[in-house]
Parts: sequence; structure tokens; C-alpha cells
Amino acid sequence: MLAQFSTYLYRRPRLALALLLGPPLLWLGVAYLGALAALLVQSFFSLDHFTGQVVHRLTLATYGDLFTRANLDIVLRTAGMAAAVTLAAAVLAFPLAYYMTFRATPRARGWLYLAIVLPLWSSYLVRVYAWKLLLSKEGILSWLAAHTGTGGLLEHWLALPLVGGPSLSISTTGIFLAFLYVWLPYMILPIQAALERVPRSLLEASGDLGAPPRATFLHVTLPLVFPGVVAGSIFTFSLTLGDFIVPSVLGNSSYFIGQAVLAHQGTSGNIPLAAAFTVVPMTIMGLYLLLARKTGAFDAL
Amino acid sequence: MRSDGKRRRASVGLALASGAVLLFLHGPIGIILLYAFTTDDSSYTFPPPGLTTRWFGVAWQRADLWQALELSVRVAGMATLVALALGTLAAAAVWRSRFFGRDAVSFLLVLPIALPGIVTGIALRSAIGLAEIPFSFWTIVIGHATFCVVVVYNNALTRFRRTGSSLLEASMDLGANSFQTFRYVLLPNLASALLAGGMLAFALSFDEVIVTTFTAGQQETLPLWIFSQLTRPRDRPVTNVVAVFVIAVTFVPIFLAHRLTRSKGDTGSSA
Repeated sequence: MLAQFSTYLYRRPRLALALLLGPPLLWLGVAYLGALAALLVQSFFSLDHFTGQVVHRLTLATYGDLFTRANLDIVLRTAGMAAAVTLAAAVLAFPLAYYMTFRATPRARGWLYLAIVLPLWSSYLVRVYAWKLLLSKEGILSWLAAHTGTGGLLEHWLALPLVGGPSLSISTTGIFLAFLYVWLPYMILPIQAALERVPRSLLEASGDLGAPPRATFLHVTLPLVFPGVVAGSIFTFSLTLGDFIVPSVLGNSSYFIGQAVLAHQGTSGNIPLAAAFTVVPMTIMGLYLLLARKTGAFDAL
Repeated sequence: MRSDGKRRRASVGLALASGAVLLFLHGPIGIILLYAFTTDDSSYTFPPPGLTTRWFGVAWQRADLWQALELSVRVAGMATLVALALGTLAAAAVWRSRFFGRDAVSFLLVLPIALPGIVTGIALRSAIGLAEIPFSFWTIVIGHATFCVVVVYNNALTRFRRTGSSLLEASMDLGANSFQTFRYVLLPNLASALLAGGMLAFALSFDEVIVTTFTAGQQETLPLWIFSQLTRPRDRPVTNVVAVFVIAVTFVPIFLAHRLTRSKGDTGSSA
């Protein structure tokens, strides 16, 4: 019976393919894409502010609400944070990735790889929690600042607009540090993979032709690794755009996009506006991916 | 010789910078370990005023924690099973045939983790709402399985590609039908990749909070419990213990998954 069925399938590769592909496509193509489409449609509905009911008529009014001053601030704040985190992650990721590729012994490289993958896969929430401990007023960073005589400096920093806040654990700086911490491994891995693919012969050739190490790095290594940096930035940027955990744990009442979505769909029941808000990170990421594709970042993933 | 000295100094600088980045990556986890033993129960004082192991006992007694843990394990287990089935099927399809839209399939599978979590979360929530499905264990599983599939898919596809088709052809030539070939040739080859993918999927689901926020009605998974403690701390010492527990629980499968795939020469990560 089974053997006959097997032969039957062998003669009809299309049917076999459909049987293989059917379940995953049904799940993701229908359930998931369907849900995304439903979300998109909802963003063209609007909320009747009198009754609090969603009006099922297509309109652009909700997108109009999106472009109010307060909501634009939320978008800018989130995008600015994502850009800052991405830049800082690239700067921090480079030395470690470089060391791993060019200096470490193969054995050490294996361990370093594990040291980067472990935080990547281990509990995101607990790692955010660690920053609540580190940043709190009576926590280790304040303690370090007090014992190294930089307490005053910290006060000044926190008093600054934009980056400051009432204390480290409720400040933009705190949010930035936590984001940087949780997404850093996503930047290290693609950069390391890109460095791995740099042909050693090119580096030797550059040296033989008289370039000092600095010049080789700037003119040979860096351009070759750039797609890897862009690949990493896709993760750090996208993950920061959509996160609501870090800003709600370490932030004050100035919302990030994720918090706005959560608030609009939850407490105020304004699903259309929440849906319109999610279109913002999707649009930003869409444009970002188009740009990234030009640099060849997808081959570096 | 001058340039040699310079190079050595550059190397030392590089090693120091790398060390600092490693410290940045792992120091905070050490801090969590330390705080699980602090005697301080109302703030996050550093250095801890004293050390104790009593919070582990206190956490052990908490019924709400056990319930949350049980739900998380059940959800992660079920989501992993679904992801294993769907991910392997998709990988097999992409590997053995060329068809129109093959790249689109890979893209579709990555989409749930490539898009920000809130997008996946709210999309599923509004779909669940529109379909008038009540929130339950299953709605959480649906959300988790959706983004776990890609992990299994990537691991399985890498292994399929390395297995090559000659083994399968040999098996078929020797008279085995496709099911026998799958059972006796393909599956043993695939097993460790599936185990690794499954463990990563489990770790991913066990820890997920963003999508879960949208797809869990009144139910509380362990991450949701921790998240509620993060925004409104009520049981700080217990939270510290739970944090250590979660780190320990997720480290084991990741470490094992890494070993399983690494020892044969490919990477365990696929995000």
C-alpha cells in the first residue's frame, strides 16, 4: 500500500511537492500573511471617537492622525534611537569580530563564537532585567561612579536634555545601553562572517604593495566588510524599531513606536491607529532593505 | 623592527577592546547571578549587604510561578513540535525541487522574525479577534510556532544540502520506497540537525514575550510574569531567582545545539 503510494508520488513530483509545501504554506501563507493583510486593511478604518467603535469604512483619516506632532515625535524618537544603537553596535562589534577572525587561534575562535551566540539566544527579558539592576540608583554603575569620583559627571550627563532623565534607570541613556546590549550579538555575527570571507591574499597584496596596516584596513578590509555591517544593521535597526519592552522598563512617559501600538490596541481600543503605527516600522524597514540590497548585504547574511 | 613593535601594540589594543566588548556582553549576566543571593529585598543595592540562599526556597513555594512555568513549557513544547513538522516539510520541498516562487518561500518563512515583533503580534491578535477565536493556550502556540518554523527550516535545509542526493538515489536504486528512504536514510542523517533546530525553537518560544503579549488572553507565561515584575516590581528577590533559573534553562539547550551542529562543521545559529 505504502509502496504503491510512494511510486505514485514518485511519478507525480508536482503532487509530492504540493504535499510537502502545503502545510507550511497554509500556516504561513494563509494564517500569517492573512493576518498581516487584515492588519493593513484595519489601518484604513477609523475610530469613531464618540462611540469608541471602529468604523468599517475605508478612509485615510487614521493616517492623518498619525501625522500629528505627538505621533511624529514618537516615530522620530524611535528611529533616532534605532540609528544610534546601530552605529554604536557597529563600532563595538568590529574589534571583537576582527580579533576573532585574524588573531584568535581556531580553538579560541570556537569559544568566542559560543560566547557571542549564548547571549544572542539566551533570555532577552532577563538580559533587559540585568540593566535594571545595573542602572538603578543604588546599583553598580552609580556605585562605580561614586567610587571613581565621576558621580558629578554622571549628574551632569543626566541633566542634559535628550539623553538624560531623572536617574540612569529612567533615562534615554539607559534605554540606549540596554538596546545596545541586547542587540550587539546580531551585529557581531554578520561582521565576523564578512571578515571571514575577506581573501587573505588581498591583504597580503596590499601589504606587499607598500600599504601600511592602517591603509590596508581602510581601503581593503573595510569596503569588503561593509555589506556585513549593513546586514547586521538590518537586525539592530529592525529590532529596536519594534521593541516595547526596553522603553517601558527603563523609560519615562515618552513613548516609542512599540509602546504606542500596545497602548492604542489595548487601553484605548483604537486598533486602526495601532495598525497605522505598525505600518511605520514596516515602511522604514522596507526602504532600508531596498537600500541594503544595493550594498550586497543579503549575500552577507 | 619598528613596525613590528607598532603592530604588537595595535594587537594589544585590539585584544583589550575585544575583552571589553566580551565583558560588556557577559558582565550583566554575572550581576544577575550575584543579585539572586542578595539579602536586600526592597532595592537593588550594590554591593549586596549580605548573601543568602533563602530566596531560592521562597521562589520554590510560589504557585503562580509553577503555573507560569508549566504553561511556558507546554507552549514551547507544542510550538516546537509544530515548527519541527512544518520546518522539515518546507526544507525538504525547497531542497529537492525547483519551482516557481522558491525564493518567496524562504522569504515568507523569515518574515515573522524579520518584521518587528509588534507587527507579528498585533497582526495575529487582530486576525484572532476577527475570526472570533477565544484567547487560549492554542492562540499562544499559533503565535510562537509562526516564528519558530524558520529556525528548524534553516537547520534542516543546511543538513539536507550537505547530505547530497547520491545517498537517496542509492537507497532508491536498492529498492527502498520514499518512506523507507526517509525513515532509514534521511532521518538518521537529519536527526541531530532537527534536534538542534528543535532546541533552538524551544529556547526561542520559552523566552518570547512580545508576540505573547498580544496572543495570550488572561494566561501568563513565565516571560509575561517576569515582564510584569519588570514594570511593577513587587517581588524583587523572587524575580532575581527566576532570572537565574531562566538563564540556566536557556543556556543548556543553546550550548547543546551548538555542540550538535558545530562538531560536524556548520553553525548552530540561524537567526
